[in-house]
Amino acid sequence: MKKSSIVLDGIFKNNSTFIMLLGLCPVLATTSGISSAIGMGLAMLAVIIVSNVSISLIRKIIPNEIRIPVMIVIIATIVTVVEMVMKAYLPDLAANLGTYLSIIVVNCVIFARAESFALKNSVLDSLLDAIGTGLGFLLSVFVLALFREVLGTGAVDFKNFVNGETLFKFRIFPQEYAISIFVENPGAFLMLGLLVALITFLIPTFTNLKQKRAKQEAQKSLQANLVKEAK
Amino acid sequence: MNLILIALSAVLVNNIVLTRFLGICSFLGATKKSSSAIGMSLALAFVLIFSGVLSYSLYFYVLVPLGLGFLRLVAFILVIASLVQFVEMFIKRFVPSLYKSLGIYLPLITTNCVVLTVALDVAAVNGVVPSYDFVTMLVYVAASAVGYGVVTVLFSYIQERMAVNNVMPKAFQGPASALLVAGLMAIAFLGFKGMI
Repeated sequence: MKKSSIVLDGIFKNNSTFIMLLGLCPVLATTSGISSAIGMGLAMLAVIIVSNVSISLIRKIIPNEIRIPVMIVIIATIVTVVEMVMKAYLPDLAANLGTYLSIIVVNCVIFARAESFALKNSVLDSLLDAIGTGLGFLLSVFVLALFREVLGTGAVDFKNFVNGETLFKFRIFPQEYAISIFVENPGAFLMLGLLVALITFLIPTFTNLKQKRAKQEAQKSLQANLVKEAK
Repeated sequence: MNLILIALSAVLVNNIVLTRFLGICSFLGATKKSSSAIGMSLALAFVLIFSGVLSYSLYFYVLVPLGLGFLRLVAFILVIASLVQFVEMFIKRFVPSLYKSLGIYLPLITTNCVVLTVALDVAAVNGVVPSYDFVTMLVYVAASAVGYGVVTVLFSYIQERMAVNNVMPKAFQGPASALLVAGLMAIAFLGFKGMI
């Protein structure tokens, strides 16, 4: 398997949120604003990289029967460390994420990657897979949060992770025209549903386009060959 | 009165699925049929009450006195995983008929975030004293289980109806329409917000 395709598959083809619909709790809960979404995405990226690499490192000495408790303890330890570091250095972000930071422990995306990839592949491949999956998660929470925050408040507001002050604010349309349901709880379900529908609609269209283009190119080269032969 | 408020708030106002977004995997995954939704909710309620009591005692009577409070995440997840195993073995041995109906849902509960979050909730501290005393904790845990059950079973009835009357556009079929239905249910539950 090509190294670049491991990363790209994790980001697009096997996107945990929009394609596989795995681990949706933090996706729905932390996307009312882009700053908490980015924070969650980065925490997830850190946890998945460390867990995939460490599980891949010891994959040959884990007995097959008890692999799930071993993985649970490893992931829980990593999450505890990430949580403590975040509480110490990024207190505002830690307060915003609350328990959603702790329940990364039971996130199915991390389990799925550990179980289906890290236990079977080399350390480098597992690292690349973790980077791909983590970036895919970061990208999808960012997109979801961007749509929700822009439609719900009419502006993008990025907050400092340390003290919660606004770093920059960019207003797109006035507050009066915003649909505030999108930053409330139901908006998370509605927006995710709409985006999933959009993506299921776009995928066949894209693949059709690709096939058409490939066909056209094949025909062109065929014609060119015919012309050459005729000459 | 306080207990009733806690129960109502956990079932309706801060509903664990629609307001706090927990247990979404099983909420979307195990609700194609109402029978599986009912089985899942019962199995969850069963595990939730035991895990609430165990995590509460473990945290306040073992971890905190030993100064190991920071280990709670590792401790709770181990308690939940072994509890689920134990409950499964116990039901299989003594109540085989219940095992037949709940059996396949039990292992899924280990990775259900409802259980872990409720365990973390009951271990919350208000300064140095626990925020919940034992009875309040029991009410809160039971109400969370009821909140999960009510929403999941209602949602499964809607899903069953939608599977019969398939009028959705192609892109909306499957998870997308399920998410939109959940969104509409969440709007309905938003109406309970002013109650407390």
